[in-house]
Amino acid sequence: MIDFLHPAFILIVGALLLPFIPRPLKKAYLVLVPLLAFIDVFLFLQKGTFGIVTFMDWHLTFGRVDNLSQVFGYIMTLMCIIGTIYGLHVENDLEHIAAWLYVAGSLGVIYCGDYLVLFLFWELMAFSSVFLVWFRGRKESLATGYRYLLVHTAGGLALLAGIILRYQANGGDLSFGPIGVDIPSVSTYLIMIGFILNAAVPPFHAWLPDAYGEASVSGAVFMCAFTTKTAVYALCRGFAGMDVLIPLGVFMALYGVVYAVLENDARRLLAYHIISQVGYMVTGVGIGTQMAINGTCAHAFAHILYKGLLFMGCGSVLHMTGKNKFTELGGLYKKMPLAFVFTLIGGLSISAFPLFSGFVSKAMIVAAGFKEHMLWPAFLLTLASAGTFLHTGLKVPYFIWFGKNNCSEETWEKAKDPPWNMNVAMAAASILCIFIGCYTPYLYTMLPYPELAAQYNPYSAYHLSETLQILLFTALGFFLFVKKLAPEPTISIDMDWPYRMGGRVFYWVARKPIQFVDNCVSEFYRYVGLIPLMTQAKFWSWFDWHAIDGVVDGIARSVRGLGAIARRMQSGQLQYNIFYAVTIVAVVIVAYVLA
Amino acid sequence: MIVKFIDFFRDRLKATIWASYAVLAVLVVIDIVLVDKSHAHTWMEMKIPGWWSLYGFVACVLIIFVSKWFGHLGIMTREDYYD
Repeated sequence: MIDFLHPAFILIVGALLLPFIPRPLKKAYLVLVPLLAFIDVFLFLQKGTFGIVTFMDWHLTFGRVDNLSQVFGYIMTLMCIIGTIYGLHVENDLEHIAAWLYVAGSLGVIYCGDYLVLFLFWELMAFSSVFLVWFRGRKESLATGYRYLLVHTAGGLALLAGIILRYQANGGDLSFGPIGVDIPSVSTYLIMIGFILNAAVPPFHAWLPDAYGEASVSGAVFMCAFTTKTAVYALCRGFAGMDVLIPLGVFMALYGVVYAVLENDARRLLAYHIISQVGYMVTGVGIGTQMAINGTCAHAFAHILYKGLLFMGCGSVLHMTGKNKFTELGGLYKKMPLAFVFTLIGGLSISAFPLFSGFVSKAMIVAAGFKEHMLWPAFLLTLASAGTFLHTGLKVPYFIWFGKNNCSEETWEKAKDPPWNMNVAMAAASILCIFIGCYTPYLYTMLPYPELAAQYNPYSAYHLSETLQILLFTALGFFLFVKKLAPEPTISIDMDWPYRMGGRVFYWVARKPIQFVDNCVSEFYRYVGLIPLMTQAKFWSWFDWHAIDGVVDGIARSVRGLGAIARRMQSGQLQYNIFYAVTIVAVVIVAYVLA
Repeated sequence: MIVKFIDFFRDRLKATIWASYAVLAVLVVIDIVLVDKSHAHTWMEMKIPGWWSLYGFVACVLIIFVSKWFGHLGIMTREDYYD
């Protein structure tokens, strides 16, 4: 019996076989493969280190199974099942293949034990997920996909540079573990940049709303779960206690909230809230205590489910109506009531409402901050959570399902609850969100430090009272100032401006100054190089024609002339020959006699 | 069923709003009278009655107005800006 079967292996093989599965069996197969991966993680993986492969001088570790990798492996494979069910209606095999390879990349990173394997799967994630953007099939999708790829390639290069520097400095040690945050070196920062780019920490975050807002409906459900949370896993593994992550994480949490206010596109708004929520996790990693790491993992777990649910809810509106902007939607509760309820459950979960999943996970990070007497981070994160409820819990449901009806007649006609598979996926995620919130041991026993988690009780009277007051008074503020929040048909300039406009500057530089210099060089060459060259060439051509050819032709002409004379003399008539012979002989005799 | 449930409240909008205000008031009263604050993190939470209500409301207003002010500085722009 094999002692270790990598769940990524199941997904990769499953993906490669998918095109050969006959059509009637395809839907069953689509559910089966991620289910097998989940069962593998849940039932068969034993703690320990497996899958060590010797390649050249290196020992590559594919299977490090411990508490930290298990909690992430569990939720990733679970989300893969939900996401695949949500996309079951998608006929394009390639989209499923891209999604599974993407999840395989994420699982590869989660179970790897060294930087080389990490890098391999890290790049697999970037290069397979970009197809989920391209398969949307719009004109913009192509450009967005390329931007996504370029940013991730840059991040991957920073990571690779860090890995190489670290390899040199450590005398060939590639093992991936706590990186030594007390004495950070250049390699530490480079690896960190690689990781936090994928975690969408500003200023490296703009790829996220750009790509997730443009991805295909089911593609976005996958994307919102895997890239950032795999990066959170990598940060948990390597960077626990890295101080600089605390201010970065808090800034992120607030940054996402501010941009979410301005956003008119529902999925882009949700994308900005990913940045905000991952901010909590990054802060948790920065605090770095056992409680904070527990909180980070719990929040990542809960986040994957409720954010997936929110993307599924808003995605179903996009799928049915073709619209995703608040200025083109509104008042849909009569047409899409199920999608509304599911999205609301996602919204209440992300807002950390009691009895929903966010409540039992987010609080752990904030509590860890208070416990370490980090009052500012804790208070600012609480402020951000008010913002989360304001947007995801209130603004998204209100402006899509209630509020002013901005639907065109066509949109209104098309709007109805989505196909059964989407409803099943959303129902499953909703049930899990509520289950996690109500029955805390389910999640808490999976965390890296389960004994510590078991001591934590989020349902204390004080915490309940605190949370309910914050959330309900935020709701009061929302309804008092709802006019102020009315959506505007705009886009917001973000940190993608430098490279989107930078690309244009590059084009301009290529078109104008470089073209000008090129023209100058051509002109200069024409005057200084080409004209003398041509003159010289003309001279030699003349010389060749008149001098050399003259000599050669002259000789030829002389020979031809002589030949012509000789030919004329050789007439072939006997009497002429005799005449010439006698004449010559006569001349010779006369000359001899006279001499 | 879901639609009927929502319409039930929409038809009685005034009553719903008053009930919501009542819930908010009860929440603050419970916080002041009943909740044990010996484990609170800072003095503000212990000394200011209904501290978290105030915090939630001010946070919400701040987020709305600061973000909109920031957005109208030129961050929000026309949709075809990059075309």
